[in-house]
Amino acid sequence: MKITLAWLRDHLDTESDLATIVARLTMLGHEVDAIDDPSARLAPFTVGHVVSAVQHPNADRLRVCVVDTGTDRVQVVCGAPNARAGMKGVFARAGTVIPRTGLLLKAGQIRGEASNGMLCSAYEMGLSDDHEGIIDLPADAPVGQPFAKVLGLDDPVLDVKVTPNRADCLGIRGLARDLAAAGVGRLRPRDVVPVAGRFPSPIGVRLDLPAAVAGACPMYAGRYVRGVRNGPSPQWLQRRLLALGLRPISALVDITNFFTMDVARPLHVFDADALAGDIAVRPCVPGESLQALNGKTYELDGEMTAIADDDGVVGLGGVIGGEGTGCTADTVNVFIESALFDPVRTAATGRKLGLQTDARYRFERGVDPASAVPGIEAATRMIMEICGGEPSEVVVAGAEPAWRRSVRLRNARTAELGGLPVPPEEGQRILEALGAAVQPEADGLTVAIPSWRGDIEGEADLVEELLRVHGYDAIPVVPLPREHAVTRPALTPAQRRAGHARRALAARGLVEAVTFSFMPGRDAEHFGGVAEALRLVNPISADLDVMRPSILPNLIAAAGRNADRGFADAALFEIGPQYADDTPHGQALVAAGVRAGQSGVRHWSAVPRPVDVFDVKGDALAALAALAAPVESLQTTTDAPAWYHPGRSGVLRLGTVALARFGELHPGVLQALGAKGSLVGFEVLVDAVPLPRAKGGAARPALVLSPFQPIVRDFAFLVDDAVAAEAVTRAVRAAERKLLSGVRVFDVYRGAGVPEGRKSIAVEVTLQPATATLTEEQIEAVAARIVAQVNKTTGGVLRS
Amino acid sequence: MADLEPLRSRSLAAVAAAGDLDQLEAVRIAALGRKGEITEQMKTLGGLAPDARRAAGQALNALKDEVTAALEARRAALETDALARRLAADRIDVTLPPRPDAEGRVHPISQTIDELTAIFADMGFAVAEGPHIEEDFYNFTALNIPPEHPARQEHDTFYLPPRADGTRLVLRTHTSPVQIRTMMRDRPPIRIIVPGRTFRCDDDATHSPMFHQVEGLVVDRTTHMGHLKGCLIEFCRAFFGVDDLPVRFRPSYFPFTEPSAEVDIGCSREGGQLKIGHGADWLEILGCGMVHPKVLANAGVDPTEYQGFAFGMGIERIAMLKYGIPDLRTFYDSDLRWLRHYGFVPLDVPTLAGGLTR
Repeated sequence: MKITLAWLRDHLDTESDLATIVARLTMLGHEVDAIDDPSARLAPFTVGHVVSAVQHPNADRLRVCVVDTGTDRVQVVCGAPNARAGMKGVFARAGTVIPRTGLLLKAGQIRGEASNGMLCSAYEMGLSDDHEGIIDLPADAPVGQPFAKVLGLDDPVLDVKVTPNRADCLGIRGLARDLAAAGVGRLRPRDVVPVAGRFPSPIGVRLDLPAAVAGACPMYAGRYVRGVRNGPSPQWLQRRLLALGLRPISALVDITNFFTMDVARPLHVFDADALAGDIAVRPCVPGESLQALNGKTYELDGEMTAIADDDGVVGLGGVIGGEGTGCTADTVNVFIESALFDPVRTAATGRKLGLQTDARYRFERGVDPASAVPGIEAATRMIMEICGGEPSEVVVAGAEPAWRRSVRLRNARTAELGGLPVPPEEGQRILEALGAAVQPEADGLTVAIPSWRGDIEGEADLVEELLRVHGYDAIPVVPLPREHAVTRPALTPAQRRAGHARRALAARGLVEAVTFSFMPGRDAEHFGGVAEALRLVNPISADLDVMRPSILPNLIAAAGRNADRGFADAALFEIGPQYADDTPHGQALVAAGVRAGQSGVRHWSAVPRPVDVFDVKGDALAALAALAAPVESLQTTTDAPAWYHPGRSGVLRLGTVALARFGELHPGVLQALGAKGSLVGFEVLVDAVPLPRAKGGAARPALVLSPFQPIVRDFAFLVDDAVAAEAVTRAVRAAERKLLSGVRVFDVYRGAGVPEGRKSIAVEVTLQPATATLTEEQIEAVAARIVAQVNKTTGGVLRS
Repeated sequence: MADLEPLRSRSLAAVAAAGDLDQLEAVRIAALGRKGEITEQMKTLGGLAPDARRAAGQALNALKDEVTAALEARRAALETDALARRLAADRIDVTLPPRPDAEGRVHPISQTIDELTAIFADMGFAVAEGPHIEEDFYNFTALNIPPEHPARQEHDTFYLPPRADGTRLVLRTHTSPVQIRTMMRDRPPIRIIVPGRTFRCDDDATHSPMFHQVEGLVVDRTTHMGHLKGCLIEFCRAFFGVDDLPVRFRPSYFPFTEPSAEVDIGCSREGGQLKIGHGADWLEILGCGMVHPKVLANAGVDPTEYQGFAFGMGIERIAMLKYGIPDLRTFYDSDLRWLRHYGFVPLDVPTLAGGLTR
């Protein structure tokens, strides 16, 4: 909310300067977002005396003016109809930036006449929408001085971020009251003296609200003022509103806006002669519409509150008035509205219609429930001062809702909760300065909350008031007590191992990405699809409309974007969520990655190769190892999900439980996603990896070192093409459990010497004797068992 | 017995003259081989008288030792020469680059979470987590944000379709629902932080529909606002690595805390360069406050017995400030150039003992 320093001083008697006031406002919880000091911004624009103004020789509408700037005389070509010799105007020298347009004013020739500056209009100064002519300053304006001071435009404007709980501070007086409580001056008294009505109001008011929505408008006050003269409001009022960014309209309307800003009391004025019969507050009837003061027409529904006359809706309660019954320059009889509207209904109405107004902004945050009648009295007084007229008696429907309540504040509580002892007398002073009635007792204060502080509900709120006004800076800093002298782990084993997987994958050359939890619904179909329950009702865009069932599509898209930038060899991973359903269990942590392009950069000693399945199988196994999965016990099956190449992908399983999948991504899926070239990827299902059982301590099993050398023997088996290498190594392991310490496939061969439809798989077998050097016979016996077992389970024969 | 001197000088001269190992071997055979000159002389000893044989034998043995030593010395010299010649020819260009290693990066968000976890762990906090798809109760109602509360509108919530009972799930708009879940599950004392993904239906230069927050919650019988200040001042100074970083607590409003505060840290913007530390300006980095009694009650914690504080801050925001990352939206672009530049090498594990930041 914008306020001006001068307006604030209307309510606050203070010697403090701008900087102090800004600092205190901020430390009271009213953060000052911006300070606009127009006297600085408008400094280059000075009072100029137009010495002569003659018709431009080459243009009918232009005049050639000579301006006395106070230091020199400057020729200016001016198109304003009111430019004339002898006037005083606002002069801008060439080189100045014009506030409204942001354009730099340049010296030049206009139709052959030199023009080295400009006489400015209020429009160009950003002061109003009036660009009919240049600003006409008073004859006694001092030449050469900044014009802002002459027009009283040097009042600093503060943009204050009022928090949503402080509806009272949406009026300048609320801020002044807080400042006064904090010792920045004295709140000036504001006694609203009622104006005696001189006749009964010819327009009555009534509440036609069903009991269920009686709260929509608990109270409606109105008053008829006859014989007013509407017209432009006085300069001081226009200036105030302009400074806050409001457009002056007419005296009657400007007065309502004044009180909205001054005391957060929204008002409305009807042209009484445009109203038919009495005013009724009732729910809108579906099908009704209102042509509003902003020129737009709104369709209304039963959830909205109508202000209606005999002919229909004339205003939307708490939001906006109607165009047809609004005040105009010709208005002579006015009907003032000062009412209370329900915050929730007002907010819902405004949201539904996409309509934000100063009235809505205040009503949805809560207008002072005791302000309806004082509001109408203050408005009456100002209308009579500015527009004349004769007021009726005030008519009221409904009554003030119950707002009186007391809250107890124990003396010790401010220290217990706030960490700062505030003496009861100081607490009482602060709360009274904030408008509360305080009753001191032996161990606390009983605080009657003022009507405008709907936000104060409990003791904690009072603690905040005391601390806030006293100053948070005064709260002593206390270290959080340590429960243990030595820090305990903050992470659970599951959280800790996810971190290990992250750094293990990064150590393998993969770069970690963080992508959105959303993805395009059409692409999700290729990754198992998305339940209806995971489609966002209000996505930010059609491309981010579902919760991702897999991380891969986002990484594939990321690899594609990098390729488009010229970086085809992407190796990306992400450890993040995927969503199977909308329950907490449907969210699973997955470590996924993709590799594209070449295995590495070109190098003088080695040629890089295209990335392949075994790169990502290695990634998956590395991540699993980091997660402490028993990687030696895993089996590889070939039933990866449909987004993988059916013949070039696998699943790593512990027993029957899938822990990870990897492979080339399905070319059809890549094509559907618009990905170019081939890509390999993996997904490690982190949550599926069993957590190690918490065994006693960190001790490793005892290390047994054999004094005997290991024996290495190579075997080459001829097997059918369909036989998996893992079947061969498994058979080797099964053949000899005691001596065998390692099996490694070191060659796979097809071609000359190997029959069609078969392949040779060569394995290196390591035997580690524990008790004695193996004899040749023992080794031969093991070899024979290995050959027999491989033959039995795979049909493979030793290649001769 | 003939004079051995001519044989000696002839043999030693031949050793010295040998130009390579083959010639040297020939010299050895000629002198000491089975039919070598010295060997032949040895054979004649048998025909001599015992006295003469002893004297001649000694002389011959001395000669044999001398020639053998000369042969060995020459062999060593020739081998050294040969090695030197071979090495002289055996050169490679060591200025060539080594074989490339691929080294990846850890994302700044992950690194920042690890950093703040290290700091809060030292103050006794454990890390808690919660679901991203959340019930309205945990995300709003229990946090004292009833339906139609203006704060709900400010949250720009993502909604999932209505369920059979008419309720609809939301994407959590903050990490605060984990406060409620934790209080409903565990008994005080509670000290947790909750780093994680959050979602708001907002997308412009300074907002992203997904971002990360870290929530903090302390609940016990005695923790007050002085502790809140102590905890967060320590955090800010440790995280930004500025021991005397000015930290300011400013009253504010959140529905779930009372009293509430926003926290600013000192900075300067001299010459358009943002610098964290002493300076003329303040920079808002987080919101906090004492847990609202209604929130405690909503989560089944008796507010007349327990109290505590909560805070929440944007992880990207503090990462941007600390590491000088100018643009929020680049965090999720997965641009390899960005990730390599702002990412962290995998061995850079933040610890308090070793320093958070290398």
